[in-house]
Amino acid sequence: MADVTLTRYQAVIGIECHVELKTLTKMFCGCPNEFGGEPNSKVCPVCLGMPGALPAANGEAIEHVVRAGLAFGAEIPAFSKFDRKNYFYPDMPKNYQISQYDMPLTLGGEVKFWREDGSMSACRLVRIHLEEDTGKSTHAGSGDGRIAGSAYSLVDFNRAGVPLMECVSEPEIHSAEDAVAYLESLRRTLLALGVSDVKMEEGSLRCDANVSIRPAGSTELGTKTEIKNMNSFRSVHRAIENEIARQIEVLESGGRIVQETRGWDEVNGVTHSMRSKELAHDYRYFPDPDLVPVEFSRETLESIRGSLPELPWRRFERLTGQYGVEPKQATQLVDNVALAEYFERVVAASRHPQQAKNLVLGDLSRLANETQIPVAESKVTPEALAELIALIEAKTINSKIAKDVLQRLWENGGSPKSIVESEGLAQTSDPAAVEKFVDDVLAANEKVVADYRAGKTNVAGFLVGQIMKASRGKADPALVNELLRKKLG
Amino acid sequence: MERSLIERTAAEIARGVNRGEHSAAEAVDAALARVGDVEERVGAFLTVLSDDARNRACAIDERVRAGERLPLAGVPLAVKDNMCVTGTRTTCGSRILERWTAPYTATAVRRLEDAGAIVIGKTNLDEFAMGSSCENSALGVTRNPYDLSRVPGGSSGGSAAAVAGYEAAIGVGSDTGGSIREPGAFCNVIGFKPTYGRVSRYGLIAFASSLDQIGPLTRTVEDAALVYDAMAGYDPMDSTSIDRPVEPTAKGLLESLSGLKVGIVRQFDTRELGDDVDEVYDRAYHDLEALGAELHDVSLPTADYGLATYYLIAPAECSSNLARFDGVRYGSRVEAADVQAMYENTRAAGFGPEVKRRILIGTYALSSGYYDAYYVRAQKARTLIARDFEAAFAEVDLIACPAASSPAFTFNAKSDPYSMYMMDYYTIPMSLAGLPALSVPCGWVTPPGGALPLPMGLQFAAPLFSEKLLLGAAHAYESATKHALKHKPEVGARG
Amino acid sequence: MSSEKIDVRYVAKLARIALTDEEVERFGAQLGDLLEHVNALGALDTSAVPATAQVVESRNVERPDTVVPCLSRETVMAQAPQRQGAFFRVPRIIAEG
Ligand SMILES: [Mg+2]
Ligand SMILES: [Zn+2]
Repeated sequence: MADVTLTRYQAVIGIECHVELKTLTKMFCGCPNEFGGEPNSKVCPVCLGMPGALPAANGEAIEHVVRAGLAFGAEIPAFSKFDRKNYFYPDMPKNYQISQYDMPLTLGGEVKFWREDGSMSACRLVRIHLEEDTGKSTHAGSGDGRIAGSAYSLVDFNRAGVPLMECVSEPEIHSAEDAVAYLESLRRTLLALGVSDVKMEEGSLRCDANVSIRPAGSTELGTKTEIKNMNSFRSVHRAIENEIARQIEVLESGGRIVQETRGWDEVNGVTHSMRSKELAHDYRYFPDPDLVPVEFSRETLESIRGSLPELPWRRFERLTGQYGVEPKQATQLVDNVALAEYFERVVAASRHPQQAKNLVLGDLSRLANETQIPVAESKVTPEALAELIALIEAKTINSKIAKDVLQRLWENGGSPKSIVESEGLAQTSDPAAVEKFVDDVLAANEKVVADYRAGKTNVAGFLVGQIMKASRGKADPALVNELLRKKLG
Repeated sequence: MERSLIERTAAEIARGVNRGEHSAAEAVDAALARVGDVEERVGAFLTVLSDDARNRACAIDERVRAGERLPLAGVPLAVKDNMCVTGTRTTCGSRILERWTAPYTATAVRRLEDAGAIVIGKTNLDEFAMGSSCENSALGVTRNPYDLSRVPGGSSGGSAAAVAGYEAAIGVGSDTGGSIREPGAFCNVIGFKPTYGRVSRYGLIAFASSLDQIGPLTRTVEDAALVYDAMAGYDPMDSTSIDRPVEPTAKGLLESLSGLKVGIVRQFDTRELGDDVDEVYDRAYHDLEALGAELHDVSLPTADYGLATYYLIAPAECSSNLARFDGVRYGSRVEAADVQAMYENTRAAGFGPEVKRRILIGTYALSSGYYDAYYVRAQKARTLIARDFEAAFAEVDLIACPAASSPAFTFNAKSDPYSMYMMDYYTIPMSLAGLPALSVPCGWVTPPGGALPLPMGLQFAAPLFSEKLLLGAAHAYESATKHALKHKPEVGARG
Repeated sequence: MSSEKIDVRYVAKLARIALTDEEVERFGAQLGDLLEHVNALGALDTSAVPATAQVVESRNVERPDTVVPCLSRETVMAQAPQRQGAFFRVPRIIAEG
């Protein structure tokens, strides 16, 4: 597809996510909310939809959704209720899903996200609502595990009734990259809030994308398709790219986009139509008479709001803006909250973001990697690191000695100042003492000096090395250079 | 004269057991013997739990010997077969659950067991509690103990018949639009539906969740109060059960109606029930006055819309509640090549015509394009009906009216569904408003062509949570009139 | 309020109940009759009336997030109309052809 064709269209993408909430128990019963386990071993009369069983709402799950809503700046309506969404499916125990229809827990809000180049953007949310997950069907007899052509299916209800938050975005994302950036930010935020593990591979984050295209400059929405079965951020990216290209091709060849659900085929890298001859959906939503409405007081909302942690996008903005951390490194810090907090404590104590960044993301992260001990749990306290930075900045030690001190700190902890003092590692900046080292080395290397003077200036490095060695690394390198240049003429 | 164990009330049996005058085992054995004698003619039970009941009776006797005093010690209990009892077949009178064993016990039943009552069996009902005669049961025929050629009423007809026929001292049923009160009236027993939310629905197989309520069927008001006191109260397993203290009702039941304002519903008065029936109710109202009550005309202008409202809301909820019977996890199944056909065949074979009718009408009322016109409008009408009662109860303490549109009728007399629905004309408005209401025997009529006198029921309804007043008034009326004692059931009672 | 004829076949499909032609006829007529009675509600002015979903108002009934024992797997599976090992087995979900 020629790039020129691509620029004639704009893609319009909306994302719908289902996120399993992190709670001890399921949404409407006391069965454990855990991934995996023997099939049908985590079920009870309620989540198996047995005759006579009734749901009882998990207060923790409700609060999780409200936390997410507040984090995204959503409105939390004073009144919310549960509705039944009626449709038959073998992995749905009651053949209705307890969900929320016209009065969800949260309305509006937005997910701020950032791109690789560090630029920020945002996508507004329509709503977040709470519902229960279904069980899991395994399709057998089709060879490839797909439902089409399978001979029968096997159902496990362990997942049935797990609390699920459905988060629907407005259709205002315009590229596959942004779609992934949106999802990354959503994932990071929910993780920071502690409301979900957000693991796509365990199915605790599942998303569908609504994709349409329109002529560039147009404000009307084109016919959309809904893409399902994407099980990694990479496949989200590929599937959306692929679907945009497919739609452009259809339009360019004079065809029409059909509103339909399309499945992403990871192996062949294409989307395919999932239309079946099933009945048209008529979910017959109505308020669930087994549950009572949920109401929030202003005090409750304020106390939840007050307990929110710093949000990842906000931290990213601060790291890149205030501290000048590169976007890639800032993202690394956002993804490692303990390290980010450590970094910020070092910055606060040292007031030197650049050195802090070099040491924390450079030497310390390398040591952490080598020893498999997270920086924040190591013997090097942020205060000690700030002290080390102060010693470097005051030129008490040079960077080579700093590395040695850091190694000792990593192994034994303690204070850099006292290590430097007790080991006599302080830099020698006394001109007379340094001059003595220089003179001694020049005297011992007459041939090299002669070479230098004959024009082979690249031997200067060798001489610097010899001088540093003679000073056991303590000579101030700047002073050494200065004196050497003077003496060599 | 000492009455036989089966003729004693629950209060008397519990007193006897607690005092060591007789054992729970003797009370249960007597009840089971009676079941053996009359069940072939009455057919109240779908399952009789002889062994379980005897074992439980022994356990109760031990507890009593150890010094415990239980309000329902050793009282034989008949449970409508839409309530779960662990390890027991629980059928809802339906083919689809014919072989289903409940893995847990309904909260209300468990509370009765905790109070010392002993479940002796599970009773027949209209399939999934949908009906007013028990004729919709797919699993058995129940006859009215007072005239075996007639129905016991429904849907809690099995429990009503078991109590009326002296097979059990007490019964529990469920009332969605009159399913306790109407069979109570037909069988000459007290049928009491508490305020919606007073008794936990956990373990009651749902028909219409916003209307279903469990309640007692007993031979005396005092027994109804004892059963209610044992069952009522908040249950965390039922989010719609009400979390506020329950005022005990059994102690200090009223002996007079003096000073009570009783409302007679003007709109109901215009309905012709037949001269002999009208006469019974006229006499009942007159008796209330004689007992000290002040009679007032009250108006319930929207009560006439009760039936229409009910026949949208209840089927809508049932269409969703009964979706779980699909042949996947439990219950009967008709195999087919694909899942859709399996669902359709399983449900076609598993449900009877009345259940199908209600699922269909409910599905329709909720379906896209009709939801606002039917379901939402019915919910709004429900608001108006509840407001009418609120206005009426600003004027009076209680409302008195018929409990059913006729006495017990013969089998197959109501082949047109709507004529059957009309049986609940007087009970449905109270259900829609969630009010506590009961039916108490108020006289007898011998219908044209009938050989035996048939019992009639007077319905009392009270404001929300006014169970104490309601049972008190019924007790005063019962003690003064003693209508229930005027005739013995056709199946007789061992003296 | 509508008084059009119910598409019984469509509704039965939604409700997953197979009907014979005779049942379609009979239920169609009976449901039509009932709807006529129900249409009486059209006479009530409900424009300014709130809907009642539950008659006794209560709010925020929540369960603490604590685990309670599950059913034993044998209890669960013993009643399965068809099982395969620890799974419930159902016929193919999408019809062939
Ligand atoms: Mg959803
Ligand atoms: Zn469960």
